[in-house]
Amino acid sequence: MWLPQLVVRLALWLLLAPLLPGLINRVKAWVAGRRGPPVGQLYYDLAKLWRKEVVWSTLASPAFIVGPAVAWVAVVGAALLLPLGPAGAEWSFRGDVLLLLYLLALARFATAWAALETGSAFEGMGAAREVSYAVLAEAALITAVVSLSLQTSSVSLTTMLAPTAGAGAVLLAAGLFTVLLAENCRVPFDDPNTHLELTMVHEVMILDHSGPPLAVILHGAAVKLLLFSVLLVQAVVPLDQFSRGVAVAVLAGGVLSVTLGVGLVESFLARLAFRRVPLLLTTAFLLCLFALLVAWKGGVQ
Amino acid sequence: MSGTLNVLIGLAMGLNLVALGSSRLPALIQAMSLQGVLLGVMPLLLEEEGFNWRVAVVAAATVIGKGIVIPNLLRRATRAANIERESDPFLGFVPSLLLGAGGTIAAVALARALPLLPEHAGTLLVPGAIASILTGFILLIGRVKAISQVCGYLILENGIYLFGLLLIHSTPLLVESGILLDVTVGVFVIGIIVDRIQRAFDSLDTRRLTTLRE
Amino acid sequence: MIAYLLILVPLMGAALAALWPRESSRPWFLPVVGGLHLLLTCALFLAPPAVAPGDWLAFDPLARAVLPALSILFLVCAAYGVSYLRIRAERSNRVFVASLLAILGLLSAGHQARHLGLLWITTEAVTLAAVPLLHFNGTPRAFEATWKYLLIGGTGIALSLLGSFCLGYASLHGGGVGDLTFAALTAQGTGLSRPWVLTAWVLLLVGYGTKMGLAPMHTWKPDAYGEAPGIVGAVLAGGVTTVAFTALLRVRAVIGAAGAGAIADRTLLVIGLFSIILAALFLLGTRNFKRMLAYSSVEHMGILSLGAALGPAGVAAALFHVWSNGLTKGALFLAAGNLRRAAGTASLDEARGLSQLCPHSSAILITGLFAVTACPPFGPFFSELQVVRAGLTGGHNLATGVFLAGLLLAFFGLTRVVFSLVDGRPRAATREESRRFVETAGVLAPPLVLLGCSLWLGLFPPTILRAAWAAAVLQLFPTP
Repeated sequence: MWLPQLVVRLALWLLLAPLLPGLINRVKAWVAGRRGPPVGQLYYDLAKLWRKEVVWSTLASPAFIVGPAVAWVAVVGAALLLPLGPAGAEWSFRGDVLLLLYLLALARFATAWAALETGSAFEGMGAAREVSYAVLAEAALITAVVSLSLQTSSVSLTTMLAPTAGAGAVLLAAGLFTVLLAENCRVPFDDPNTHLELTMVHEVMILDHSGPPLAVILHGAAVKLLLFSVLLVQAVVPLDQFSRGVAVAVLAGGVLSVTLGVGLVESFLARLAFRRVPLLLTTAFLLCLFALLVAWKGGVQ
Repeated sequence: MSGTLNVLIGLAMGLNLVALGSSRLPALIQAMSLQGVLLGVMPLLLEEEGFNWRVAVVAAATVIGKGIVIPNLLRRATRAANIERESDPFLGFVPSLLLGAGGTIAAVALARALPLLPEHAGTLLVPGAIASILTGFILLIGRVKAISQVCGYLILENGIYLFGLLLIHSTPLLVESGILLDVTVGVFVIGIIVDRIQRAFDSLDTRRLTTLRE
Repeated sequence: MIAYLLILVPLMGAALAALWPRESSRPWFLPVVGGLHLLLTCALFLAPPAVAPGDWLAFDPLARAVLPALSILFLVCAAYGVSYLRIRAERSNRVFVASLLAILGLLSAGHQARHLGLLWITTEAVTLAAVPLLHFNGTPRAFEATWKYLLIGGTGIALSLLGSFCLGYASLHGGGVGDLTFAALTAQGTGLSRPWVLTAWVLLLVGYGTKMGLAPMHTWKPDAYGEAPGIVGAVLAGGVTTVAFTALLRVRAVIGAAGAGAIADRTLLVIGLFSIILAALFLLGTRNFKRMLAYSSVEHMGILSLGAALGPAGVAAALFHVWSNGLTKGALFLAAGNLRRAAGTASLDEARGLSQLCPHSSAILITGLFAVTACPPFGPFFSELQVVRAGLTGGHNLATGVFLAGLLLAFFGLTRVVFSLVDGRPRAATREESRRFVETAGVLAPPLVLLGCSLWLGLFPPTILRAAWAAAVLQLFPTP
C-alpha cells in the first residue's frame, strides 16, 4: 500500500519542481515586456543535459560526481519528510524536523565539496560565499523552526505545520521568505542569470559541472525551491481549517503565489552588494526571532 | 482598543530596527517621521469616551512636530550638508541591529519587573518605551554623522513620549511639557543649518569635533 | 507676589533688551536688572513669605537658602559684563544680553519650583537659553563645544523627564491623583510604588546629574567652560549647576519619604566621590587653564553631592558650599577670562608669564586658587570642613578619607596649572596680543568683590544665613 503512495508522491515532487524556475522566468519576462522562454524550459534543459557526456577534470576525485548525487538524494529525502497539507508526510516521527535541517545542510556540504574538487579558484570562492551566506540563513531558519515548535509544543513536522502561526505569522512569513531567497540563490542575494564569475555565488560553484551531474544539480535546486515554498506556505497558512480539496487548492495557490513573489522580487530589486548581504540576513534572523518572541509570549499568557 | 494600540506600538518597535539597519539618511529620517506619526495617533486611541481637547492638542502637536516639521528640517539639513549616507559608523549596522533586537527583547523582559496599573496591564507601552530609548542610545553612540545623532535623539525622545502616554490622563502639564524636547531638537537642527551657512566644517562628521580634548 | 516678580523682572528685562535698539547702552540692562533682582531677593530673604504646601512656585526655605547667592553672583557678573561687552564691541550683544537675563529669570523659577513638571521645564529652558551664550565666540571650537553641550545636556534633560514620568507613575500606582507638587509626593510617602521610585531616582540622578556636571556625565563641561566667555562660565558654574543641585535635593526628599533614602544616599555618595577623584586626576593632566576651571567645577559638584549624601548636617554643609563655591568660582572665572583675553589663548603651551602682563588679574587668580582649594580663611575651607565633620560624625570614615585625598590631588593639579601660567617669561606673541587688553577697574573690581564675599563667608558668616540653611534642612528632613 505504501509503495504506490511513495511513487505518486515522489513523482509529484520530481515532476512539478522544474516548473517553478520556469514560472519565475515567465513572470520576469512578463514584467519586462518580453515573451520569455516557455514555462517548461527547464525540462528541455534537463533532458538535453542528461544526453550529454561528462567532462572530467584530471584533478577531480569521484567526489566530483558523488557530491551532486548525494545532494540530490538529500534534498529529495528532505522533501519526502515534508507534509503536503491533508496528505501528511511520507515519513513522520518525533524530531523529523531536525533530520530535515540536517539533510539540507548535507546537500549544501555535498555541493560545496564537489565544487572544491575541481581545484579551481573560482569554484572555491563560490563555495566560500555560498557557505558564509548559509551560516546566516540557517540561523534564521532554525529560529523559525524553534518558534514553530514552541507554539505547537511539538518537534514533528506534521503537527508543527498544522496550526496557524498566530500573530507572529506575518513576521515568520517575511523571515522565511528572505531565507527562501537566500537559500535558493535568488535576487537580492545572488543573480541566477549573471555570467560574470566575480559576482556569481551559486552558479560559479557548478561552473565546471557538465552533462548528467549538472542536470542533477539543476533539478535538485528546483526541488529545493519547491520545498521551501511548501514549507513557507504551510508554516503560515492554517491549512487544517479547510476541507481536503480546498486545502490542496490553497497549498497549490500558495506555492504559486510564492513563486510569483520571487519573480516580482527579481524583477524589481537589484542584487545587493556583498557587504550588505549580512545585514539583510540578520534582518531575516531578527524577523524569525521576533516571531519566536511572539510565540513565546503568546504561550505564557 | 488596546489591541490596535499594541499593533501600533509593535510597528513603532519595528521602525526602531529599521532605523538601526538603514545606512541612508533619508531612510532613517523617513522611519523616524513615520514613528512620530504613529506616536501622535496613539493618544487618540487611549481615549475611552468622548473627545478630550487636551489629548487632541497633544496628538496634533506630536504629528505636526515629530512627523512633519522636524523631518522636513532634517531633510533640509541633509540637502544643505549634501550628505546621503552614514559612512563607516562607530558601531556597524549588523551589530547595532543585533544590539537593538537584544534591547527590544530585554525591554519586554524588563517591563515585567515593573508593576502596572490594571488599565495599562495589557499594553506594550513600557516595553515599547524602553526599546525606543535603547535604540536612541545606540544611534547616539554608534553613529558619527550629526544628523544621525539627531535622529537617535528623536527616537530616544519618542520612547519617553510613549512612556508619558501612561500618565496622559492623570497629570496635567508634565506630559505636554515633553513637547519642549522637540524644541531642543529644533535647536539642534537649526544649529546644523546655521553652521552650514557659516561653512565652518566640510562635513557633518562629528568625528571632526575633536579639537577639544585632554 | 514678589516671588513671581523675581522671575518676571528678568524675563521682561530680557525681552526689552532683545528689542533695545542701541548696542552701546544695551549691556547696562544686565546690572540694572541684576540690581533689581538682588533688591527683591533681599526683601524676600529678610521677610520670607508664607508658603502654602500646594504652591507650584514659592520662595520656600530651600529657595531662600540658595537664591541670594545666585543673585549676588549675577549682579557682580553683570557689572563685569558691561566692561566685557565693551571690549567685545565687534560682536552684536543683543542675543547675549537677552539670553543672560532670561537665564536669570529661569534660574529663579527653577530654584523656587515646587512642582516636578515645572522644575523640569525650567531646567530644560535654561539649557536652551544657554546655547547662544556658549556659541557667542562663533568659532568652530565654540560650535564644537555647543554641539557637545546640547547633545549631552539634551540627553540628560530627556532622562530627567523620563525620571519625572516614573515618579509620577509611582504616585499614580500608589493611589495618587496626579498631583506632582513635591509636597504632595512627600506626603504620599511610602505609598509610592517602590520599583518605580527606584527607577525614577536613578533616571533623575543621571538626568539632573548631567546638568550639574557630575562624573561620568561631566564631559560637556570642560568644552563648554573652555570655549565660552568667562562671564558665562561663572554664571553656568555658579547658577545653572546649582539649580540642578536643588532639584536633586528636592527629589531626594521625596525618595527619602518613600523609604528609599538610604539607597539614594549611597548613590549620591559614590557618584560624588567618583566626581571628586576623576576631576582631580584630570586636573593633574590638563594643559588649558579654562578647562582646569571646569574640572574644578566638577570636583566641587562632587563635594555638593557628597554633602547631600551625609544626612541633615551634610546638606547644611552642602548649602554652605553652594554659596562659597559659587562666589569663589565666579572670581576665578572672571580673572581667568581676563587672562584669556590678554593671552589670546587658554593653552598653557602658549600662554605663560602672565604675571608680568596682567599683574592684577594674576594676583586675583592666585588668591582665588588658594580660596577654591580650601585654604583658610576663605569660605570653601569652612564649608568643606563642615562636610568632613558631617562625614566623620556620620561614620563615613573611608569616604571622608577618599574625599580628602581627592582634595589634595586637586590642589596639586590646580597649583601646577596656575603657576605655570603666571610664572616664567611671556612669549613675544603673547606680549603683542596683551597690548590690546587693558586691566581697567571694570574688569578687576568684580572678581575682587567676589573674593571679598568668599572671605566674608569664611570669617563672618551671618547668623541669618546659617538660620536660612538650617530652615532649608528642616524643609528637606521634616522629622530629624
